[in-house]
Amino acid sequence: MSDGYIARVENVSHRYGKTVALDDVSIAFPARRMVGVIGPDGVGKSALLALVAGVRQIQTGVVTVFDGDMADKAHREKHGARIAYMPQGLGRNLYPTLSVFENIDFHGRLFGQGEAERRRRIDELLQATGLDPFEDRPAGKLSGGMKQKLSLCCALIHDPDLLILDEPTTGVDPLSRGQFWDLINTIRSRRPQMSVIVATAYMDEAERFDWLAAMDDGKVIASGPVAEILAKTGQRSLEAAFIALLPEAKRAHHQEVVVRPRPASDSAVPAIEAEGLTRRFGNFTAVDHVSFRIERGEIFGFLGSNGCGKSTVMKMLTGLLPASEGTAKLFGKPMGSNDMETRRNVGYMSQAFSLYTELTVRQNLELHAKLYHLPSEEIEGRIAELLERYDLKDVVDARPDSLPLGIKQRLQLAVAVLHRPAMLILDEPTSGVDPIARDAFWRTLIDLSRDDGVTIFLSTHFMNEAERCDRISLMHAGKVLAVGTPEELVKERGSASLEDTFVDYLAEAAGIDREARTEAPDPNAAAPAPEPIRPPRRFDPKRLWAYSRRETMELLRDPIRLAFAFLGPLVLMIAFGFGISFDVENLRFSALDHDNTPESRQLVEAFSGSRYFEERPPLRSSGELDQRLRTGELQLAIEIPPGFGRDLQSGRKPEVAVWLDGAMPFRAETTKGYVTGLAAQYAKEWLVQNSTGTSAASLINIETRFRYNQAFKSVNAMVPSVIMLMLILIPAIMSAIAVVREKETGSIANFQSTPITKFEFLFGKQLPYIAIAMISFVLLVLLALFLFGVPIKGSAALLALGTLLYVTATTGFGQLISTFTKTQVSAVFATAILSIIPAVNFSGLLVPVASLSGGARLIGLGFPTAWYQPISVGTFTKGLGFDDLSFNLVMLAGFSLLFLALAQLLLRKQEL
Amino acid sequence: MSAETSATTQGRSGQRLSGLRIHLQNIVQLVIKELRSIRADPVMLILLVYSFSIAVYTVATGASTEAKNLSVGIVDEDRSDLSRQIRNALNPPLFKSAVPINAGEIDEEMDHGRLVFVLEIPPSFQADLLSGRRASVQLNVDATAMTQAGNGAVYIQSIIAQEVTNFLAGRETVTSAPVNVVIRAKFNPNLDSAWFTSVMQVINSITLLTVILTGAALIREREQGTVEHLLVMPVVPTEIMLAKIIANGLVILVAAGLSLALVVQWWLQVPIAGSLVLFLAGAGLYVFAVAALGIMLGTLATTMGQFGLLAIPILVLMQLLSGSSTPMESMPVWLQYTMQVISPTPHFVAFAQAVLYRGAGFSVVWLQLVALIVIGGVYFSYALSRFRRVIFGD
Repeated sequence: MSDGYIARVENVSHRYGKTVALDDVSIAFPARRMVGVIGPDGVGKSALLALVAGVRQIQTGVVTVFDGDMADKAHREKHGARIAYMPQGLGRNLYPTLSVFENIDFHGRLFGQGEAERRRRIDELLQATGLDPFEDRPAGKLSGGMKQKLSLCCALIHDPDLLILDEPTTGVDPLSRGQFWDLINTIRSRRPQMSVIVATAYMDEAERFDWLAAMDDGKVIASGPVAEILAKTGQRSLEAAFIALLPEAKRAHHQEVVVRPRPASDSAVPAIEAEGLTRRFGNFTAVDHVSFRIERGEIFGFLGSNGCGKSTVMKMLTGLLPASEGTAKLFGKPMGSNDMETRRNVGYMSQAFSLYTELTVRQNLELHAKLYHLPSEEIEGRIAELLERYDLKDVVDARPDSLPLGIKQRLQLAVAVLHRPAMLILDEPTSGVDPIARDAFWRTLIDLSRDDGVTIFLSTHFMNEAERCDRISLMHAGKVLAVGTPEELVKERGSASLEDTFVDYLAEAAGIDREARTEAPDPNAAAPAPEPIRPPRRFDPKRLWAYSRRETMELLRDPIRLAFAFLGPLVLMIAFGFGISFDVENLRFSALDHDNTPESRQLVEAFSGSRYFEERPPLRSSGELDQRLRTGELQLAIEIPPGFGRDLQSGRKPEVAVWLDGAMPFRAETTKGYVTGLAAQYAKEWLVQNSTGTSAASLINIETRFRYNQAFKSVNAMVPSVIMLMLILIPAIMSAIAVVREKETGSIANFQSTPITKFEFLFGKQLPYIAIAMISFVLLVLLALFLFGVPIKGSAALLALGTLLYVTATTGFGQLISTFTKTQVSAVFATAILSIIPAVNFSGLLVPVASLSGGARLIGLGFPTAWYQPISVGTFTKGLGFDDLSFNLVMLAGFSLLFLALAQLLLRKQEL
Repeated sequence: MSAETSATTQGRSGQRLSGLRIHLQNIVQLVIKELRSIRADPVMLILLVYSFSIAVYTVATGASTEAKNLSVGIVDEDRSDLSRQIRNALNPPLFKSAVPINAGEIDEEMDHGRLVFVLEIPPSFQADLLSGRRASVQLNVDATAMTQAGNGAVYIQSIIAQEVTNFLAGRETVTSAPVNVVIRAKFNPNLDSAWFTSVMQVINSITLLTVILTGAALIREREQGTVEHLLVMPVVPTEIMLAKIIANGLVILVAAGLSLALVVQWWLQVPIAGSLVLFLAGAGLYVFAVAALGIMLGTLATTMGQFGLLAIPILVLMQLLSGSSTPMESMPVWLQYTMQVISPTPHFVAFAQAVLYRGAGFSVVWLQLVALIVIGGVYFSYALSRFRRVIFGD
């Protein structure tokens, strides 16, 4: 700053695993300028910007921003709020279900702004960006250009001194792109002390910047004012200059793309003929009556912003998507979605890389060859030919995810042409590819068109590629604005370039006056007196509340998560309450009575009279006994020997055999108990009737008192235990997802690049889930009381307090897991497995903790479930109060704090 | 080669093959692809190996519903030979050593769950019995410990009765029981719960992994856009779905077969009564049904995260209400019927218990196999009808 540089990077290297992103980079970015970092995808631009923004941890080297070391935490905390960072990707720092207003409002709250201040700033920003009519529209429903403007508003809400934008215009149409840069210029003229660092892959827009750093392979290959770079290379365009700057070895591969004239087609039938093609999704019309004809062998380009309907048209032409209206004919035949013949004539390359990353290059090619049923004797030759032609020989056994984007795109093209289709449909095939690879790609396209007569239908964002097409079509908001050769279109509009022509058409379609164009401010204008730096507060309840509030709004608008949170516990509780029962009743039995005397019949009646047993037709032979036990029809069989009655009368102690089905040991064990009891009862009664003496058993009377659950019904014990299980499983999964989701969608960048602290972030996000868990708890208790008829005998206040502490601990446990899981699915399963095992096995649900020993006991006591179970079961069934369970409350509070502290320790404010 | 001729060559090579053969060839190719995908996913492979080996072993040997280590306390106010004998008879492994406590401590100990059973022996217990008077003991049972309370109480009662009988043996006034009831358990003579839980855990692993593997395989293709790529090729959704079911099913069947042979039979020494081949055939049908369910869930969820939220409650329900954890007959009848209609798992659990423990043959279990086919068929048709519609966001 003091020396005219906003940021300095010295000897910085950065790796992601084995990949080197930055290789000993040293560069100083001038202050108060519009600085561009240019280069294709994967050269380290994003890593460099993230290091300067302080959202990524420095590995080696020194990064100095605002005259301070960015490795120093105190410096970052003090000055971090002066930096605004907008990550790569359309609307990555936005929350799609929140409205335009709510998104900016959230960012304002993160900087502790009051309500009036936020309203004023938001109005200002919305007006400046032209987003004011869309204040209430959810961010997810905005077009790409609007999303980027909204992201910018969010970044600018706190008047940053350094604005860092990572590829803000990728995938945005030229008109919106122009508007975006105009907007930045407006803001810069209002706040000239603001420095801007932008990464971009579009060389044409970089020509408007003040100062550039060109990057390749993790190194800065040139830096300086734009004019200086152009002069040094002696080129007129920046794209040519960039190629000239590349190392010799890379440049050697480069050849100019020459578009040869197309030989006249001898066929009258066009390759593609679309007539009034329309596609609606619900009430949204993605493609609106699009008509065009493409001749055989023609290269036809489709231009338009993301979301304008290009991909949808292409999907309809490949038969992936049926048209809502209109027709599409391929080679004169109507396209049907199940038309295998047409599919063989088309090669398709989708927008994102869509081959199997788990298969090698050769395996991918083989799979496609076989699915297109190439004759097996030709396959090997064809693959060899393609490997040669598309220069893939060296990577034939590699998996695609280890390859650079340019090679991946060549592989996709090789796959698309493998079955020698007469037509190629390519959806943004060169997006993100470096200029040399792009030119190489285009030479093969021209060869295919001119030599093999393949019709090529492609979409692109690059104007220099559009100029190479035989004809192009401009699309906007589902409609075709114009079709023709590039020269015709330029001439028709009388513009200077194809880009101007396109912007003109778009502006006309959108009804925008293009005259009001702002120019970049003079960088040498006198700087206003620097504003005093207000370091953010260490703890600010407003920031915490901002996260709680936003999390709640998002959750309320996500039906799947909401259903999981509220219906999940109820459904599972009902199922468990009714389903998990250890009451063994209605055991199917039958007797094989060889004796058939009153005595033997009396014995059988003792069984059939019991509520535990249900009599089936009698058995006639031991073979049948065996058979009926084997089929599972009988669970118990009684075999009474001949002479049973006689032996009984004469005191000869006859032996009765009882057979149990041991397939399910718990059931058999319980049955055994019942049978023992019944036998004893029968003996007692018989002795009383035929009083020949007293048995030892009849002398002793064992009074068994089933305490807490006099009826001895499973449901009384299971319901409180299931509440314990539900209140860890669901809340922990929900809160684990809450953090991991932000990692997946990229909005975690807001946590990394704003003054919010780890505690505010974690606890702020935890609060809504604690609230939801408490609501579930109330619902579960109502179910227990009214559906299952299990009353609370003890202190309800204690139960509520214990539950509050317990769900604080369980949501904290979820957050702890979220700090080391990367995807939502791993968060869900890791949380489920880690919480179910101790909750079910070691917390008293199945086996009382008192019976556990060794490791199992330690696992149980080392987890909140074993401490909550006595509270839940104790208050419901045992009538316990505070005196009995205060230690459990203390333990649960301890777990809450422990999990929060651990999560705080493990959560990283900076990425590695 | 010009476009025209290439198109016709393709056409001819297509016609050379009959329709069915083309479908079969496509399925074979897609199965190979699926198998390669599974091989390339180390996390899933580790999960697979873990679930069929260590998980089966630990569940079988760990938590059991078998009564053991029961915690029992004794309030011995008699302090006689007989009361000491009773106390000594409550011994490991069935019981933890009995804890002597005072009458005043009963509530406290039981309220905190430290003791599940407390036996109170009154003063002059032995003297009363010796003089032929009836004597009472009181057994307090914590009836919230469902798996132990019932069976444990029966054990304690019979131990007391046994000790009393032994103590009084030989005295003239006393006769022994008039009937000798011999209880024998078929199919698992020692009622060893590991026999049951090990095999049920194999089944649970089959359910869990089949749903996760096939569902995740479909969602991964949706997220990466590869399924779109397949659908522009001359391949139909049925082939894609069948290939996923066959490939994932095959891997799981092999793992389940190995698990039964190596972990259950060899490591845990659990004898298997019936035919392993019949079991694997049934498991094949079951895997088909569950894999179709996995695909169906994969069409209902749009992201892996949603899939997880959807799959967890469903898997937990399918497992707990299938008869593999607690007896099916203990459930209310309406719930039994509901589960048997919507889930293939109760049928497969019943099938597996019949075949593996009771050595039942095809004639006994055919009805369950039919149920598996019907439920699997319904899942499959529904998944197929959703497949195309959902993948393109209609």
